[in-house]
Amino acid sequence: MKFFRLFFVNLLLFVLVCGLATAGTLDDVKAKGFIQAGVNGDLFGFGKPDEKGVWRGLDVDTARAVAAAVFGDANKVKYTPLTAKTRFTALQSGEVDILTRNCTQTLTRDTALGLDFCQVNYYDGQGFLISKKLGVKSAKELDGATVCVLPGTTTELNVADYFRANNMKMKPVVIENTAELAKAFFAGRCDCLTSDASQLAGNRAVAPNPKDYIILPEIISKEPLAPAVRHGDNQWKDIVNYSILAMINAEELGVSSKNVDEMLKSNDPIIQRFLGVSPGNGEALGLDEKFAYNIIKQVGNYGEVFERNVGVNTPLGIERGLNALWTNGGLMYSPPFK
Amino acid sequence: MTANHNSKTSGKVSFWNDPSKRSILYQVTTLLLIGLLGYYLFSNITHNLARQSIATGFGFLQKEASFEIGEKLIPYSAADKYARALWVGVLNTLLVSFIGTILTVILGTFVGVSRLSKNWLVSRIAAIYIEVLQDIPVLLQLFFWYAFFYEILPSPRQALQPIDGVFLCNRGLAFMVPVFQPAHVYMAISFGIGCLIVFVLRLWSRKRQEKTGKYFPLFRSSLGILIGLPMVTWWLSGAPTRMDIPVLTGFNFKGGVNVSPEFTALLLGLVLYTSAFVAEVVRAGIQSVSHGQTEAAMALGLKPGHLLKLVILPQALRVIVPPLTSQMLNLTKNSSLAVAIGYPDFVSVAGTTINQTGQAIEGVAMIMIVYLFFSLITSAFMNWYNKRIALVER
Repeated sequence: MKFFRLFFVNLLLFVLVCGLATAGTLDDVKAKGFIQAGVNGDLFGFGKPDEKGVWRGLDVDTARAVAAAVFGDANKVKYTPLTAKTRFTALQSGEVDILTRNCTQTLTRDTALGLDFCQVNYYDGQGFLISKKLGVKSAKELDGATVCVLPGTTTELNVADYFRANNMKMKPVVIENTAELAKAFFAGRCDCLTSDASQLAGNRAVAPNPKDYIILPEIISKEPLAPAVRHGDNQWKDIVNYSILAMINAEELGVSSKNVDEMLKSNDPIIQRFLGVSPGNGEALGLDEKFAYNIIKQVGNYGEVFERNVGVNTPLGIERGLNALWTNGGLMYSPPFK
Repeated sequence: MTANHNSKTSGKVSFWNDPSKRSILYQVTTLLLIGLLGYYLFSNITHNLARQSIATGFGFLQKEASFEIGEKLIPYSAADKYARALWVGVLNTLLVSFIGTILTVILGTFVGVSRLSKNWLVSRIAAIYIEVLQDIPVLLQLFFWYAFFYEILPSPRQALQPIDGVFLCNRGLAFMVPVFQPAHVYMAISFGIGCLIVFVLRLWSRKRQEKTGKYFPLFRSSLGILIGLPMVTWWLSGAPTRMDIPVLTGFNFKGGVNVSPEFTALLLGLVLYTSAFVAEVVRAGIQSVSHGQTEAAMALGLKPGHLLKLVILPQALRVIVPPLTSQMLNLTKNSSLAVAIGYPDFVSVAGTTINQTGQAIEGVAMIMIVYLFFSLITSAFMNWYNKRIALVER
C-alpha cells in the first residue's frame, strides 16, 4: 500500500508540481531555504542517521557540500530516505532536488530516465558476500545458489548477466528494503548477498558476527556511483558537479578543512582562484565567490570525507583504491578551477 | 413541484425550470469538465515527460528484461522480454490470490461456525483467533511469518525431514511428486468422467426424491466416485509409483516441488488475516437467521444436515455473500504487499520494470489495470453466485 501511495503522490506531483516548477532548481532551492536530498537511509558509510539522529555518510556529505556552496551553510539539507525502486521517480517528480543515493551511472538512466548524472563520488564494483561456512572461494562456484539482491538496481541486472555468461543458474530473492534484505541474508535465507563492494562492507560491518563472512575476490561490474539531478537544468547540474569537484581539487591542492583559513593567504594564484580570493568562479556558477571555501571549511576535502565515512579507520575499512587521486594511481581527477 | 406540474399540463415552462432538461445539462457539463480535466492531465504529462526527456510508450515491453525472477510458473530467463517478465508476475499474483481465496473461505467458515459453537472452549478460541488476527496490521503479520521461516528453520544442509521425501528448511518446503506418466492422463480423464456421472446422479436423485420422497446418499456416493474412479484407473494402468524426490545438490534441493518461504509466508499471512474477517461475516450471516426458523425446521423433523442445507444456509448466504466478495477482493489487493517480503508478484516485477526503464506512468497504469481486471472478474463471479442463491420469492 505504501508503494501505491508513493506512486500516486508521485503521479500527482508529476502533473502538478512539474508543471509549475519551471523555474530552475537553484531558484526553487533558494526560495525554500534548504536542499531536499534523496539518500539511502539504511547504508552505513553512505547515508544513514547515527544513534543521535544526525545524518552521516559519503552521500550525505556530498549533499552537505552542495548546501555549503549554495547557502554557505552545510546544514541546510533535508533528507528523504529512498529505496532503490522509488529513488528515480522521486527525483523525476521533483520530490527531491538532488539524488545522492549510491546510484550507478548508466546510459539508460542518463537518457531514457530523464536524469543527469554529475561527477562520480565513489568508484565501486559489484561483489558477493558469503558465509565462510559454505567453503566457497570463488564466484564461479556459485552455480545453483540463492542470491539476495535489491530489486531495481544495476546489481540485479549484473548478477543475472554474470550467471548467464558463466552458464550458471541462480535463484534471486528480492526484498526492497536494504535492512530487511540484510536481515534475511544473515539469517541464512540466501547463500550469498550481492551488491556494490562498498555496500557489502557496510552490511558486514553491522552484521551480528562480521568475521563469519567473506567478500569473494571477483568484482563483476563497474559501478560509478554519482549524484543525479533532473535532466535539462544545466545550472543546477554545474553547481552539483563543481561542488564535488571542489572537494577533489582541494585534496589535490593540499587544502583541507584544517588549513583552509591559512590557505586564504596563500600566494599561489591557483589556490587564490580556487578559494575565491580572486573572484570569477562563483559568479560563473551563479554562487557566492566563497563557495569552494565554504565547502572545504564545513565539509572537508574528498580525502577527509572518504576517510571519515568509509576509510580504513572506520568499521567499513575500505582502502582508497580507485578512489585515490589520479596522482596516486586512482581515478579522482578534477578539471582546473579557472 | 409546481414547475413540474405545469410542465405536464401546459408544456410552457422555461428550459431552466424543467428538471429533466436541467439534469441533462448538468450531466453534459460534468462530462465535459471531466473530459477537459483528462485532456489537461494527459497533455501536461506528455509535455513534461518530453521536457525532461523521459521515454514514453509501451515499446519497452519488447526489450530484454535481463533480470531474474525467483519464482515462476512458466519458463522464464533473464534473456526474455519485459512482457514475459510481467506475465510471470501476473501469474504469481493470480496463484497466491486464487489459492488464498479458497483457503480463506474454508478457514473463515470453519472459524465463524466455531465462534457460534455451544462448546465454551471452542467458541473462546475462535473469538481470540478473530480478535488477535483482525487487529494486527497484515504487513506486520507477513514480516512475522517470513522471519519465522528464515530464522527458525535450519539451513538446507541440516534440513528437517518430518516424513520421507519431504524436506523443510529456510529455503522452503521441498517434497516429492510422482514422475509424469501416461497413467496420469488416464486418471485425469477418468476424473472428468466421474464429474459427469456425479452430475447425472444428482439430477436423477433429485427427480427420484421429488417423485417418491426416497433419500439418496448423494454426498458419500459422489465422493466415492470422484476418488475411486481415478484410483481404479491408476491400478489398471500398472500402478506406477516412480517419484521425483528432492536431493540436496550444491546449495539447495533439486527435483520434486519446492515451495518458497516467501510464498508460504505471504499465503499464510493473507489467509489468516482475511479469514478472521470472513469468520465474522459468516457468524453475522448465520445469526441473521432467526432462531424460530431452526425450531420450525426441527419441528418438521429435518435432520441437522438438511436443516443447515435447506433452511439456514439459503437465508444466511444472502447476508454473507456481498461482504464475502469484498473480503476476497481485499485479499487479492493485499497480495501486493508481497514486495515487502520478496515474493515476485506483479507489483514487485512491475516495480523493477519501472525502475529499470524509468517509465513509471505506464507501469503504474498496468498495475492498476491488472488489479482492476482481477477485481472485476471476482465481483462478476460473486454477483452471479449471489443471484443464483438469492431467495426466490413465491
